[in-house]
Amino acid sequence: MSGFPILSLMLLVPLVGAVAVLKAGREQARMIALVATLIDAVLGAMLWAKFDIGGAQWQFTERAALFAGFEWKLGIDGIALLLIALTVFLMPICIGASWNSIEKRAGEYYAAFLLMETLMIGVFAAQDLFLFYIMFEAGLIPMYLIIGIWGGADRIYASYKFFLYTLFGSVLMLIAMFWMANAAGTTDIPTLMQYNFPVHAQTWLWLAFFASFAVKMPMWPVHTWLPDAHVQAPTAGSVILAGVLLKMGGYGFIRFSLPMFPEASAQFAPLVWGLSMAAVVITSLIALVQHDIKKLIAYSSVAHMAIVTIGLFAFNQQGLEGSMLIMLSHGLVAGALFLAVGVIYDRLHTREIDRYGGLAINMPYYALFFLLFTMASIGLPGTSGFVGEFLSLMGVYQMSSWVALVCTTGIILGAAYMLYLYRRVVFGVQKNEDAAAMPDLDGREWAMMVPLAIVVLWMGVYPETFLAPMRKDIAALEARLAPASPKGDSDVKIAAVKPAAEGSHAEMAHEGEAH
Amino acid sequence: MDLLHSLQLTLAEELISVSGLILLLVAAWSGDKAARLISIASVAVLVACAALAVPALAGAAAGPDTYAFGAQYKADAFSAFGKILIYLGAAVTLIVAPAFLDRFNAMRAEFPLLVLFAALGMGIMVSAGDLLALYIGLELNSLAAYVLAAFLRTDDRSAEAGLKYFVLGSLASGILLYGISLTYGFSGHTDFAGIRAALGAGVMSTGATFGLVFVLAGLAFKISAAPFHMWTPDVYEGAPTPVTTFFATAPKVAALGLLMRVSIEAFGSQPGAWQQIVIFAALLSIVIGALGAIGQDNIKRLMAYSSINNVGFMLIGLACGTQAGVSAMLVYLAIYVVMSIAGFVAILMLRDADDRPVESIADLSGLSKTRPGLAVALAAVMFSLAGIPPLFGFWGKFVVFQAAVQANLVALAAIGIAASVIGAFYYLKVVKVMYFDDAADKVHGRNDLAHTVLLVAASIFLSPLGYLLTNWLHLLAGNAASALFHA
Repeated sequence: MSGFPILSLMLLVPLVGAVAVLKAGREQARMIALVATLIDAVLGAMLWAKFDIGGAQWQFTERAALFAGFEWKLGIDGIALLLIALTVFLMPICIGASWNSIEKRAGEYYAAFLLMETLMIGVFAAQDLFLFYIMFEAGLIPMYLIIGIWGGADRIYASYKFFLYTLFGSVLMLIAMFWMANAAGTTDIPTLMQYNFPVHAQTWLWLAFFASFAVKMPMWPVHTWLPDAHVQAPTAGSVILAGVLLKMGGYGFIRFSLPMFPEASAQFAPLVWGLSMAAVVITSLIALVQHDIKKLIAYSSVAHMAIVTIGLFAFNQQGLEGSMLIMLSHGLVAGALFLAVGVIYDRLHTREIDRYGGLAINMPYYALFFLLFTMASIGLPGTSGFVGEFLSLMGVYQMSSWVALVCTTGIILGAAYMLYLYRRVVFGVQKNEDAAAMPDLDGREWAMMVPLAIVVLWMGVYPETFLAPMRKDIAALEARLAPASPKGDSDVKIAAVKPAAEGSHAEMAHEGEAH
Repeated sequence: MDLLHSLQLTLAEELISVSGLILLLVAAWSGDKAARLISIASVAVLVACAALAVPALAGAAAGPDTYAFGAQYKADAFSAFGKILIYLGAAVTLIVAPAFLDRFNAMRAEFPLLVLFAALGMGIMVSAGDLLALYIGLELNSLAAYVLAAFLRTDDRSAEAGLKYFVLGSLASGILLYGISLTYGFSGHTDFAGIRAALGAGVMSTGATFGLVFVLAGLAFKISAAPFHMWTPDVYEGAPTPVTTFFATAPKVAALGLLMRVSIEAFGSQPGAWQQIVIFAALLSIVIGALGAIGQDNIKRLMAYSSINNVGFMLIGLACGTQAGVSAMLVYLAIYVVMSIAGFVAILMLRDADDRPVESIADLSGLSKTRPGLAVALAAVMFSLAGIPPLFGFWGKFVVFQAAVQANLVALAAIGIAASVIGAFYYLKVVKVMYFDDAADKVHGRNDLAHTVLLVAASIFLSPLGYLLTNWLHLLAGNAASALFHA
């Protein structure tokens, strides 16, 4: 499909904005940034409106042979569409969150953010292996600068940790990509998704990709960069980090690891489950004892991402769809929670939970929104968090009831730490005078909270809107995974037709060996 | 007729020699007053010689038609690629040097002449088809380089650099010469084709292996590959900065070009014998370059370790022993020359209120607030040297590691690229000092147009726009590499 290069335009708008704001003063810079991100949001809405659900798998494709060794090649399927939509939806809100709080070097700040937007859309839209890698890695530079220049007290340590951890993960992936391009003779992602790599090679390739995506995701035990980076990043930086950057890891699994190395994915599924189970329980317990609001939400992000990974490695439609929904929901909810923290941080300049208390009395509307997002984070039915977690856990239950059992404790622990946080910050007595004197939300903050609240409720009440675009792609992925899928311990249906299922499984395994 | 053809092929060398001798007379006649004029004339000569090399490169010249003086000298596409980079590096040195040397009252007429004769030697190095022609080129370059390193006669550090370079350089030349004599003794030839034929593909005799090892050791010194890298930080730090710019660009191209030609043409029938040496030197250079740089607080020393580190990456291309590997190495080399030029021009532009050079990394604190343009350029160089996309420095690593994987050296590629993360640490340190720390406000110097233009041009090349050149760069590097393999 050719025609109007809307994806290239979506990459170009923030890039042009980034160059324009670099030299501008603070007032102009934030205005230009807001306009650029809003234009991209409108383009994103057009993209969704024009996306033909049930049509071709890859739409809006464009290509240009500009470079040696790789191509400028873009195109999206339903999965990429949803993540691009999430990105362009969150970006204007991030600019809004920075509106008053960024005072030093505003031009460079907004330039870094707009550059981030270009690169994130590029990651989701890239259809060439190396174009993907360049976009994926390039995000390190603006994020390093955002944390390092505008972050809090320990910003330098956090920025180094973020940069070196993620770089180390990614370089091994690059070597694996060279091997794949060499073996398959193409760098085209859709072709590679159908290519059957030899099973013994898949093991190594899977591990190399895992090194990168597990750090980005982040999975326990390589998650330790995340709390540092989150706590030290400015509010908008945290929103983007939690909202979109973490999704790159999940996107990587769903776009590369699963379809390209199905046998290796099945082989390593127990590893992923084990790490995810550990993550859910350990990081939830860590979150329970935090004194810093942002750190608490950062650890809760790790726990949520662990539910994403078990859903992805459940090898069935429910699990995969659930994972995608958690990613979208977590993008909105964690983003909104960081915004909520930003609102009170802007007023009191501390993230210590003990410095707040009784905010429901002087900030009733704030308390209302905070409650909604807290509930969504817990996964209360009717909010976006419920749908994804339910599907994901249901998916993994078919594979292993033990994994489902352990991971479901995450929901209980999640309720514990979130409600405990909410009680300490919003309820109780107003023990601090300065906290008690804080004014409620102003117009700008309303404008940021309301769209997020609407989408969170929408996704909770009518998830079909978000499920429809990706259903076909998830089904295609499930079909691709089916031959390699490990046998579940609790799927009664399969047991009833056991001989047939086993026969086809053995046949497929035999085919796999023949490569 | 044959002589005429040979003279035609060596036109660039003749032009440099003759104009060098004429300018030497001019210098003798009118003294240091003419230094500027001689500089300008030398730049013109170098640019003209670079232009002379273009047809051979674009036309993928290779084979006996390009051999002069009985195959002692080869004017093929490979030498043309090297020469363009060499003359470019030398010309940039001459453009940035006068402003620097003037401040020390050291802008003497000999400076451009020495650079010119060094360039002549380097041109011979990359074109040599015979071990003796190789040695003549190498020594012509080295002798000029020793003097250049010690050019600030009143400066202790410069004199020390010159002396160290001379002593260690002579030792390396001796080792190389010993290797050459052994090779000659055991193969009976000094021309590359003859050596290749004599060594054959069978088992190498111990004597010939010794010869190979000594030749490679001598050359490893010249490219400052570990474990023969020790001189590099001291010489880079002590030499006047324009001379350091020169050392980091032109001689590096020449010595690496030489190494490639000797490995592929002379010892091409015995790849197993030198591959393991090259792999060892590559990995050691990457690791030592990365670890050594971490503790440095002088930016010129940092760049020295960075050059050791980068040579390691380039050697991975050679270790492949394939045409793709050599081509990748040439692409890396071209990008590395531009990165070095950008880095050192930016360093030259760092001067304090009294117009003295600022070399300490700590003095760069908060440069992004006081001199944002310079800070952006230096940050681009650092990220580029670290090989972080989307900067163009990434492309050099990309092609080299791709070639390594294609040559089935996956383990080497994986170890090399993992070690590059160590290197990223110290490049980040420079960016951190410039962007995250409070302003020290040390850098005040005003800069002339030439520096600014050079820095802007090099920065644009290193920006993502550089990727638009990849098709073209690969075509040229491919031409050059194929000339080496189809000699």
